Amino acid sequence: MKEKKSIFGILMDNRHRSRTISYTMVAVAYIVLEILLKTGNLSSLFTGLLVPATCYLVAAIGLNLNVGVSGELNLGQAGFMAVGAFSGVCVSGLLKASVPAIPRLILAIIVGMLLTAFVGFLIGIPVLKLQGDYLAIVTLAFGQIVMNLIMNLYVAFDSTGLKVAFVENNFELQPGGKYLINGPMGATGTERIANFTAGTILVVFALIVVYNLIYSRNGRAIMAARDNRIAAESIGINIAKTKMMAFVVSAALAGAAGALYGLNYSTMVASKFDYNTSILILVYVVLGGLGNINGTLISTVVLFLLPQLLRGLQDYRMLIYAVILIVIMLVTNNEFLRTKASAFRRKKKA
Amino acid sequence: MRFLSNFVNGLGLGSVYAIIALGYTMVYGIAKMLNFAHGDVIMVGAYVAFFALTRFHVPLIPGILAAVICCTVLGVVIERLAYKPLRQASSLSVLITAIGVSYFLQNSAQLLWSASPKMFPSIISTGALEFGGLSISYLTLITIATCLVVMVCLTLFINKTKTGSAMRACSEDKGAATLMGINVNKIISITFAIGSGLAAIASVLLCANYPTVTPTLGSMPGIKAFTAAVFGGIGSIPGALLGGLLLGIIEILSKAYISTNLSDVIVFGVLIVILLVKPTGLLGKNIREKV
Amino acid sequence: MSEKKTPVLEVKELGIDFGGLTAVNDLDLAIYNEEIVGLIGPNGAGKTTVFNLLTKVYTPTRGSIFFDGKDTAGKTVVDINKAGIARTFQNIRLFDNLTVLDNVKTGYHNNIKYSPVSAVFRLPGYYAKEREIEGKSRELLEIMELGQYADVTAGNLPYGAQRRLEIARAMATEPKLLLLDEPAAGMNPQETEDLMRMIRFVRDHFKIAILLIEHDMQLVMGICERIYVLNYGMLLAQGLPAEIQANPEVIKAYLGD
Repeated sequence: MKEKKSIFGILMDNRHRSRTISYTMVAVAYIVLEILLKTGNLSSLFTGLLVPATCYLVAAIGLNLNVGVSGELNLGQAGFMAVGAFSGVCVSGLLKASVPAIPRLILAIIVGMLLTAFVGFLIGIPVLKLQGDYLAIVTLAFGQIVMNLIMNLYVAFDSTGLKVAFVENNFELQPGGKYLINGPMGATGTERIANFTAGTILVVFALIVVYNLIYSRNGRAIMAARDNRIAAESIGINIAKTKMMAFVVSAALAGAAGALYGLNYSTMVASKFDYNTSILILVYVVLGGLGNINGTLISTVVLFLLPQLLRGLQDYRMLIYAVILIVIMLVTNNEFLRTKASAFRRKKKA
Repeated sequence: MRFLSNFVNGLGLGSVYAIIALGYTMVYGIAKMLNFAHGDVIMVGAYVAFFALTRFHVPLIPGILAAVICCTVLGVVIERLAYKPLRQASSLSVLITAIGVSYFLQNSAQLLWSASPKMFPSIISTGALEFGGLSISYLTLITIATCLVVMVCLTLFINKTKTGSAMRACSEDKGAATLMGINVNKIISITFAIGSGLAAIASVLLCANYPTVTPTLGSMPGIKAFTAAVFGGIGSIPGALLGGLLLGIIEILSKAYISTNLSDVIVFGVLIVILLVKPTGLLGKNIREKV
Repeated sequence: MSEKKTPVLEVKELGIDFGGLTAVNDLDLAIYNEEIVGLIGPNGAGKTTVFNLLTKVYTPTRGSIFFDGKDTAGKTVVDINKAGIARTFQNIRLFDNLTVLDNVKTGYHNNIKYSPVSAVFRLPGYYAKEREIEGKSRELLEIMELGQYADVTAGNLPYGAQRRLEIARAMATEPKLLLLDEPAAGMNPQETEDLMRMIRFVRDHFKIAILLIEHDMQLVMGICERIYVLNYGMLLAQGLPAEIQANPEVIKAYLGD
């Protein structure tokens, strides 16, 4: 008695609706922005924001898997971005002479993603032993540790090969040698090979990974472990394993985003990826709605652009941003408005 | 000898962390929220003290009092306007609101007083106590003494007064406390008032030790003190003292003997190790979910 | 009565202390295949503690538990479920934000598997296995009369339906032994009547053993073939329902001295 659904019916049914909306939003945004770019109708300020916006989108989609779907507060996402960014910059710098830009970018992103996934796995082992606020503070601690370690890292290469030093820069470079990471100065002289198309493809990739994971056996296990740990264990779900999966995928996406981010700027310092950046991404995710990917897409774009759009207000923009943040939280959590909204939804359904 | 003097300096820094950590831990114990804006209350306290001492030439003690009063009022106002409406909301919503408040305070400070750093006047004589080759600055001694006085007063207040026992009741079980006729909202306000007042004291000590006043001055000490509170077991007052002191000592010792650049790595590393061994901090209580 | 071979569950001299307090002591149990057994006793007798011991939520202080002839010492909660014991909870524990259907699907986590890679890249294995999971889950929902609720969020279900959903989810792990902790709590007589029918059907259809804790004597006497009575953590009596009903010790334990 199965009835055949039309293509449109399938696209908009319960399981697919949010995915369809996500992909449509990304496609429309990409086409519109590309047309504006090609016809020269986009201000240089706005053009410069496109790639970073896609990076934050990817990192936020990943973080939503961790915070929303898996339910573990993570205040260290920027640390994972840093790992991806600096490893991506190194890969690109090393292969500059031998590999053309596009495959080099892809390679850098893949290496950044895999390395970050590995770092995420190592960090996940201790972190996921903890719960709640303790887990959150430890992710913050790890984020700061990663950032500080990179600030003490020196990577360079010259005719004699690759050189790596820690804390003290104790090597002499041959003529023609070049620093890839120069301690607290960060990465300098990076060739800017990131572009908006690559960023959009990465966003789509992140969406595919996260959606396909959510609507699968593993995704259900992740959500089960979030909703009720004890019940999840009682039906044979290994909590540590499922939490780790969400944590590592989230980290990997942050790493990929970081690699793209790093290759979008000629200079980059590690202190860019401190806990404030982690919190910024967390704010995108929470305001978009936990577990709600479309919400993440919209809130990331809006909140990322908001301070830039408020630029006309000069010094007041961050103040306004702060007020908006507080007001949104107060309004969305207002009991009176909430009951009104759900009553309205019920009416609409009936 | 050098070790001993480093150790005492660590105790001094740790005392500042401990006083800030008390604010975090008390608010967490009673309102069950991470008050991310606590560090920025310190910053406001520092500016108030700075202007009182330099522009209005108020003597030291009234200057500190002015900072304490301003911060106390600020803390209560923040709680009433931003946190109280969220009593029933998820802890994440409260966290984001606290982050919003933190941004708000930092950017207001930047607008009002500009981002350029201001030099905090030296308020405590720069001399040092010398005995047997060991030299401890008066400032460090005063810092440690202040921390001890604050701890003793707070412990007495919590254990000996009616308000104190009401606070303890609220941290155990808010529902039961309400049934016993305790005004929970009032207790939460008082908690914020005390925490913020302590933040003002911490701000003066902090600026006496590190005399640059900027709008982001509270962030890093705030995060460190928060770490200290978790370290000692968040919600526990002796834990905040222990965590703060340990954190200060570890920070100073690793700066002295390992590397200045890696001191944060070591501080946060030790936090992680401690939480793995004792998942609720050094003096935290273990709570097991009933099946 | 069919011939009884080795029991599916055998508990010997089981005991646990919390601090200085002995919660369960010297408990012997044997459950045979395709049996429905009741575990009753006054409040605080240690019934739920027994379930927590059987499923390794607690580690026993003394004694041993054999499941399917194998000692379960050292196993975790997850291992026990994989070995074939599933349970429900006295205070309902559903995945509140998942739909009713997804709650049941989650139960198939270990029995119908595919790799995360084939999930993320939607390889053919994914589709075949998901179809199988979906089919079996819907079948369980029909058995527990939850078909109409398939797409409802579990947290929004009526109380009785939540209890039935817990059973469906437990059954999705394809157990040999099902532990039900007060399945009829909060149900009205009609709902309890329906539940009894479903429990019997589950036993007959899946050929499993069921051990249940229950205060509702209508249910216990109606479907249990044997009953164990627990009091102060110790076995007070065991036997057929009629024997238990007539046992003066049991009556005294329930009514108090």
